[in-house]
Amino acid sequence: MPEVRELTYAEALRECLRQLMEEDERVFLIGEDIGVYGGAFGVTAGLIEQFGAERVIDTPISEAGIAGACIGAALTGMRPIGEIQFMDFVTLSMEQLVLQAAKVRFMFGGKASVPMVLRMPGGSGTGAAAQHSESLENWFVHVPGLKVVMPSTPYDAKGLLRAAVLDNNPVIFVEHKLLYKTKGHVPEEPYIVPLSQSKVVREGEHLTVVATSIMVPRALQAAEELAKEGIELEVIDPRTLKPLDDAPIIESVKKTGRALVVHEAVEMGGFGGEIVARIAASEAFDYLEAPIRRLAGLDIPIPYNRELEYHAVPQVESILREARKLVRGEY
Amino acid sequence: MMQLSQDLIQRYHDLIETLGPEALKTMLQEMHTIRAFEERAEQLYMQGKVHGTMHLSIGQEATAVGAANAMQEGDYLLNHHRGHGHCMAWSGDPNRMMAEFMGKETGYCRGRGGSMHIADIDANNLGANGIVAGGIPIAVGVGLSIKMRRTSQVCLVIFGDGAANEGAFHESLNMASIWALPIVFLCENNQYAMSMPVEKAFNIENISQRAAAYGLPGLTVDGNDVLAVYSAVSEAAARARRGEGATLVEAKTYRYKGHSKSDKQAYRSREEVRDWQDKRDPILRFTNLLQLAGVIDAAEATQMREHALAIIDAAVAFSEASPDPNIADIMDGVYA
Repeated sequence: MPEVRELTYAEALRECLRQLMEEDERVFLIGEDIGVYGGAFGVTAGLIEQFGAERVIDTPISEAGIAGACIGAALTGMRPIGEIQFMDFVTLSMEQLVLQAAKVRFMFGGKASVPMVLRMPGGSGTGAAAQHSESLENWFVHVPGLKVVMPSTPYDAKGLLRAAVLDNNPVIFVEHKLLYKTKGHVPEEPYIVPLSQSKVVREGEHLTVVATSIMVPRALQAAEELAKEGIELEVIDPRTLKPLDDAPIIESVKKTGRALVVHEAVEMGGFGGEIVARIAASEAFDYLEAPIRRLAGLDIPIPYNRELEYHAVPQVESILREARKLVRGEY
Repeated sequence: MMQLSQDLIQRYHDLIETLGPEALKTMLQEMHTIRAFEERAEQLYMQGKVHGTMHLSIGQEATAVGAANAMQEGDYLLNHHRGHGHCMAWSGDPNRMMAEFMGKETGYCRGRGGSMHIADIDANNLGANGIVAGGIPIAVGVGLSIKMRRTSQVCLVIFGDGAANEGAFHESLNMASIWALPIVFLCENNQYAMSMPVEKAFNIENISQRAAAYGLPGLTVDGNDVLAVYSAVSEAAARARRGEGATLVEAKTYRYKGHSKSDKQAYRSREEVRDWQDKRDPILRFTNLLQLAGVIDAAEATQMREHALAIIDAAVAFSEASPDPNIADIMDGVYA
């Protein structure tokens, strides 16, 4: 049996970037410390050596400038891939992303396009405290004109990033710090994981769990535990949050009659609310045997203390607890 | 007045020779057409024929016309909310501009953008921006793209005095400087950021001084002198085209009308406005200059105004006869 090729999530992203840059000279990288430093999380390590400083552009600490540089270059024929060092810092780019990138095409009557990708790592779990641990994906989900992608595996990271770069729209590409070192099968040849295709990553009959990013491996781990108790979770990873492919989710809930949505971002105003609403408003409503529940970050900034940080966002144990309640009717 | 004009002829002798009578007449005609467009825009608004707001640049025509004429075919433009003049001078079609202003399907943006967001992508006019300083970081990307594609294009980005106090201005000038990007940053200083006078918003005499902080050349010109703006922007664009990087040009001008339709102008006196209108009007000044230089006579000057009015009459007729956007197409253009 041939050995299965494994890469980390960070390596998969890097391989994708390298392949895109080798194929298309319009593709370039721009961000803070992405050159000789290799990016704060090492994703771009080695790329400046291969492609030079003109295509792996280190910027000053200017997040609005990075976003604007991507927009202007995209509008004039390039395929920029920007990096925001921590997702938290994208707050400094918001005007450019929300009011410019997302709107120019519509505002100008459909005559301009902004084929750019902005990569950024979100999420907690590294002890980086409240200003380096944000999960702000739903801010972008709320903006027409943007696409939002959130891969949970090395395989999807590579394939979705390629799809995002080939897409002719501005794509917010949300990585997770804790996923960078996770390993998985990644083919060497370039491939696409299409945007807006939710994926059933585990089949099960008792409860549909819709999870994003780091919550996908946590949900899968919980599913293995629960399988021992005779509870089978069906785990769905939307992968692209916007535009959302909700059909597999609705189909799944029709089968299981129960749904739990899990994400790291705070519950209030989070993406989970959208999933719950879509289920509740769909034909799956008639199949529900239990309330639809959300499991999400507490409505607090991410604390520094390890124990506090751990308890601020869903973990395997909390997924287990919530899943059992829903399946056993103990809500 | 006459002596002053003679001095001007002396000063601009070479430029008048180089540009030649046709180019000079075109510039004056453009200024008239812009003014006629905006006067009509205001009138249409008063008549209740226009649904949105507008920002009129009456009094600032020299900056738009001087700058746009200093650029070449293939160059890029990014401009700001008070942008009718820039678009018109950048080869804008008055019919499609007026149609956009009136929200029609035949407008530059199919009625989706309106007065504040006119773009002409086919002419590399990347659009007017409703966010103060919003276009400046985008210009950095355009400059970067030009550099990476190794073309000889230049990006002209026009913004107001208010924009120079936004963070994006500072980030962008710095990035343009460290990468020697082919950008002309044109600060159209019309003395007021809505109601905030430049004297209160800045503790420096000239906004162009800020260029020095980023290692860029900066200069201030009389924004009501079309040839002064033309010269400064030409020079800056030539510098950019030679690979020597960006320049900050400040054009000092004045808006005669309020910030937008709701402005009661409590922050300035009528005398101040009248003073600019009487003594520094860009169209009157350029007309006088061209008459003294023998490029046009009084009859031609009058004809230009009449021609402008006729162009705008036709634009209004075109727009009024144009269809509104189809509601069934409301989702068009959100995604490519």
